[in-house]
Amino acid sequence: MSHPIIHMENISKHFGNVIALNGVTFDVRPGECHCLLGDNGAGKSTFIKTMSGVHKPTGGSITFEGRPMSFDSPRDAMEAGIATVFQDLAMIPLMSVTRNFFMGREPTKGRGLFKRFDIDTANDITRAEMRRMGINLRSPEQAVGTLSGGERQTVAIARAVYFGAKVLILDEPTSALGVRQTSNVLATIDRVRSQGIGVVFISHNVRHALAVGDRFTVLNRGQTLGTATKGEITATELQDLMAGGQELAVLEGSLGGTV
Amino acid sequence: MSTDTLAKTDERIKSESLATKLMKRPELGAIGGVILVTIFFLITADRSMFTLSGIMNFMTPAAQLGILGIAAAMLMIGGEFDLSIGSMVAFAGMIFGVFTVNMGLPLILAIPLTIAFAAVLGAANGLIVIRTGLPSFIVTLAGLFVLRGASLVGLKIFTGGATQLRGVREAVASDFLTPIFSGDAFGFLFDWLAKAGVIDAFKSGAPKVPGVPVEIIWFILFALIATWVLLRTPFGNWIFATGGDALAAENSGVPVRRVKIMLFMLTATAAALVAIITVIDAGSTDARRGFMKEFEAIITAVIGGCLLTGGYGSAIGAFFGAILFGMVTIGLTYTRFDQDWFQVFLGAMLLIAVLFNNAIRKRVTGER
Repeated sequence: MSHPIIHMENISKHFGNVIALNGVTFDVRPGECHCLLGDNGAGKSTFIKTMSGVHKPTGGSITFEGRPMSFDSPRDAMEAGIATVFQDLAMIPLMSVTRNFFMGREPTKGRGLFKRFDIDTANDITRAEMRRMGINLRSPEQAVGTLSGGERQTVAIARAVYFGAKVLILDEPTSALGVRQTSNVLATIDRVRSQGIGVVFISHNVRHALAVGDRFTVLNRGQTLGTATKGEITATELQDLMAGGQELAVLEGSLGGTV
Repeated sequence: MSTDTLAKTDERIKSESLATKLMKRPELGAIGGVILVTIFFLITADRSMFTLSGIMNFMTPAAQLGILGIAAAMLMIGGEFDLSIGSMVAFAGMIFGVFTVNMGLPLILAIPLTIAFAAVLGAANGLIVIRTGLPSFIVTLAGLFVLRGASLVGLKIFTGGATQLRGVREAVASDFLTPIFSGDAFGFLFDWLAKAGVIDAFKSGAPKVPGVPVEIIWFILFALIATWVLLRTPFGNWIFATGGDALAAENSGVPVRRVKIMLFMLTATAAALVAIITVIDAGSTDARRGFMKEFEAIITAVIGGCLLTGGYGSAIGAFFGAILFGMVTIGLTYTRFDQDWFQVFLGAMLLIAVLFNNAIRKRVTGER
């Protein structure tokens, strides 16, 4: 079994007297999709922000590619190869797909005063990268606002992959999508994984997680309740863990097992 | 799910016609407006409006406003306003007058110093906006009053009580840089064309139009450079990104603060350039110079297709917006209409432009 790209050991994070994380252990290996599940308020957001360098952990250790690591800023984490696709996607609807794809990292040609944005190369790369993710753009110059939610998600993922992500953190990528869009994004996750990138898939939807996940870690009240491998655990068990045990089982009984 | 089925072109998306593509350009409104207004004046105005001298007549104020308007458009695309540019014209005019008349500096020093002075004030505007997070609208509104007042007080101090500083033309008359900032360019070409009988000439053989006023050259050059920067450089992409969504831009590695500060410096230096050109031309400067120009510049930018919310617009649009403005201002004097209709025209144009831009934005983003 390959070594994890990033290993987070016993991470805790306090905000004043609020304990957001209280001993979270999590790792990602190359080419796997590790799902982080948890209900609202479980600490998922705080945890991925710690992983992507937004927050500094109060306690615990981070090991990146075998070396102890401490990220001072999201920039540091990004340069190391940890890319995060947040729910807002960091996309600008009025700008073209290409301009969004290369925002802040534009390829240039020429030198001195004539150094310019190499639009043709950028368009070609964008079209090719999007095709690799299974989306045929009408034109890479079309505005991102004209794309569907799933397609935008894919642009954000393709961008992270193109710029050399080793770990890709996806924050609830399927939460606002329809059925077909969701399956497209899940298929994209599968493609990314097969390129040897470690995917961290955050979700509170057990069905989506089980569809692509290799391992599952459940977070509840700031603590990890253990990690399970695919096939070891059923949807119901995951659901119960997320809800923190008993209550949901009772509730589910009254709803006739539809949750 | 295989790649092939996914990568197939979506049958629900029709390919776009050229007309649809054109409809999505931000400068379309301004160009359409220029065409409509031209037709209007061709019908109603005296024929002399569209002779060479008539065209120079409305292009000169258009150029002076356009230099401000293009800078304002770039700042608006970057998501901010600058209401202090009109007052900045007065203030930079005063500074320039003091450098040339009171201190007797040659233009090679006076011009860079004036520009640098304005740039520092522009950077200060930008820093205040960024540090406080307040809307630039209110921060630069303060600048509007502060700079206007400072120009008035400054002029009184430097002239010993007057609100007008005279003698600029005499002070710079023999300077080798003067022809770049004042008078007419391409005089030799116009002489030659007059001799050849291509353009109108006086009986003496001198052309009726001695050349292209230099501000028009500056205006065209500025429009071309601004367009190139916006559409073909990384910095241009950063401007669009900063105005479109500053947080998303920041997260993607765009130096949002630097972009905004540079744009505030740009509007201030554009105001200084207009001040230098108009002060040399008039030979004096006063505290009313550039009055209301901040609003006219913003109107120019909006007619040119800029959205008030930022992230969308064009320098070419502002270029045509300024020409439209110049045509309406001057053109009415060629008609039998009362010239005071001008402001009604302007307000109506602004309203139509905003409605039009809003519709365009929905088209671009595919909103319904």
